Amino acid sequence: MSSDTHHDMTDDARTDGGTATATDGSEAVSDTGPATGRIARSKVVFMRVMQNRFAVFGLMVVLLLLFTAIFADFIAPYEPAEQNYNALKEPPSLDHPFGTDQYGRDVFSRVVYGSRYAVFLGVVIVGIEMLLGVTLGLVAGYYGGLIESTIMRVVDIALSMPALVLALAIAGMLGGGLFPLIVAVSLVGWRGFARLVRGDVKSVMEEEYIDSAEAAGLSDFRTISRYVLPNAASSIIVYATLTIPTVILWSAGLSFLGMGVQPPKPEWGAILAAGRGEIDDAWWIATFPGLAIMVTVIGFNGLGDGLRDALDPRQVR
Amino acid sequence: MSEQRSTTEANRLRNGDETPLLNIDDLQVHFNTEEGTVEALDGVSLTIGRDEVLGVIGESGCGKSVTALSTMGLLQSPPAEIVGGSITYDGTELLDLSDEELNEIRGDEITMIYQDPMSSLNPVLTIGHQVKEPLLAHRDVSEDEAHERAVEMLESVGLADAERLMTEYPDALSGGMRQRVVIAMALITEPKLLIADEPTTALDVTIQAQIMDLLTDLREEFEMSVLFISHDLAVISEIADRIGVMYAGNVVEQCEMRTLFESPLHPYTRKLAESIPSLEGDTDRLPTIEGTVPELINPPSGCRFAGRCPQYIGEVCDTVEPPLETPSGIEGDQKVACHLYDEQRGEDPPWPVGEEAGGTDGVARTEGVDGS
Repeated sequence: MSSDTHHDMTDDARTDGGTATATDGSEAVSDTGPATGRIARSKVVFMRVMQNRFAVFGLMVVLLLLFTAIFADFIAPYEPAEQNYNALKEPPSLDHPFGTDQYGRDVFSRVVYGSRYAVFLGVVIVGIEMLLGVTLGLVAGYYGGLIESTIMRVVDIALSMPALVLALAIAGMLGGGLFPLIVAVSLVGWRGFARLVRGDVKSVMEEEYIDSAEAAGLSDFRTISRYVLPNAASSIIVYATLTIPTVILWSAGLSFLGMGVQPPKPEWGAILAAGRGEIDDAWWIATFPGLAIMVTVIGFNGLGDGLRDALDPRQVR
Repeated sequence: MSEQRSTTEANRLRNGDETPLLNIDDLQVHFNTEEGTVEALDGVSLTIGRDEVLGVIGESGCGKSVTALSTMGLLQSPPAEIVGGSITYDGTELLDLSDEELNEIRGDEITMIYQDPMSSLNPVLTIGHQVKEPLLAHRDVSEDEAHERAVEMLESVGLADAERLMTEYPDALSGGMRQRVVIAMALITEPKLLIADEPTTALDVTIQAQIMDLLTDLREEFEMSVLFISHDLAVISEIADRIGVMYAGNVVEQCEMRTLFESPLHPYTRKLAESIPSLEGDTDRLPTIEGTVPELINPPSGCRFAGRCPQYIGEVCDTVEPPLETPSGIEGDQKVACHLYDEQRGEDPPWPVGEEAGGTDGVARTEGVDGS
């Protein structure tokens, strides 16, 4: 093969990535040298996400949520538990954009601080679910045989229990609060990860590059970490992104039912529960945390959808 | 071809009577399936000397790849089960090694090239990572040294602009380029034995020729032995010093490459050679072998080719499995598994042995042989 052919080929193959980077401003590209490999690839994924309006909206919501959670101290005009008996159940105004609740606390500040719970719970619980589910799924899919059957039967048994009852039972047994909430929701969610990852790993295992990794004499750990997991990663990322809103909903739900974060902590579900009784004469107490939950969930879903489309362009929309 | 011959002879002189690098002896592999036990390999014996290319030819499903995978210890078990036989590499019995011990050898001293370069590279790792992988896994080298070696290796398999390719993902490369990368990966540890399982089958004809040239060159350069598997006699004849002909899980003949064309002994080999389309004469139909390959679930006893054999000589073919051995009166190390050459028969085979078989110096694909 002549070297000319190589150039033709790679140049052709590059044009997709090339157009994407060109719109991004060529100065940045020339700074880091020619955009090859990994950089070009992440750019392509990013550009694909940016082409999807819903995903862009989702990304903005997620960024806003993160920003709010990080800078809550600066954004919130009041302390979340600060009570003002001169301003009970005041409707939204300039002083209190979301109004005040029955104890004179600023609902806006409480919702802002509540974003910390949402982010924290979303990240930690999905992290635990992934750790459990991905590990078990990987082991099951990679080794197969008896190991796989055993793990998957455990998953099946876990899946046969109604999720809400399971979560309520666990949270109830542990007595409510932040830690029981995390345990309860994590134990509900890992099952999906295990199933998904095991299926993906099984299909990756059929690929010839896994044979060639084995033929290269790589250890199991190296094969899994370099060949199996990265090839199953895109669906894990998408699933994780789409699981975060579920987890936030579940956490808020359990807190609403009194099994999670306890009032007066400003968790959205807890605020909502506390404002529920006042809905007739102070609709804003329950409405704004509810809206916050809704927007967050929709945002993460949008981002997850966008990522799925971007990471798997072959999928028919 | 003559060049190839002379190197073989030179090798033989140089190596004297050393033990072969790889010796597969009476290997029996069964696949336990729901339909029954598939006797995929029924006593396969092959030897590969040092610095020698052994071609293995046969139709689809005759056990070529199973032989290769057994050697690498990569058979999926279950369903596969090695029932008997031995595979010795450089004096070590491979079948006795644990998976960990095998990992020391495979990827280092024995490497493998797969058929389809489109699927044998990991799509999420850069070319550089993948070419470095065997070195990092088997040798005590730094990342920088591995990088340097990888670039050298990519250059020596004829890839220009190797430094840039290192950061490229496989999807940016054409099939031919990828197969070069696969070859670079397989050779970076300077293996003693390369197993090439139909390395050109998935490539188009021009790329195929380039890859064959490359393999021929590299094989000289690296002084390694090659087990070259193909169903394409033309491709094999380009590179192989000796050839093993497989049929339905048996090796039916093993001989020098040239001998295969000049004086094939086994009726199947002879039919193979005859089925090479000739440019002379005007035949309407290409010669084929009547019948089909027997089922390997409950295969016929005796010679597995008996049902299609034009030289069928009676009961002995159906009942006794012919051993693979050098018939009396044949010089060299040509071995054949056929009752035609049984000593007690004392008859000559029905064609002149050792003479030009006539007009067979051409191109043959055993696919065309598959009776239809």
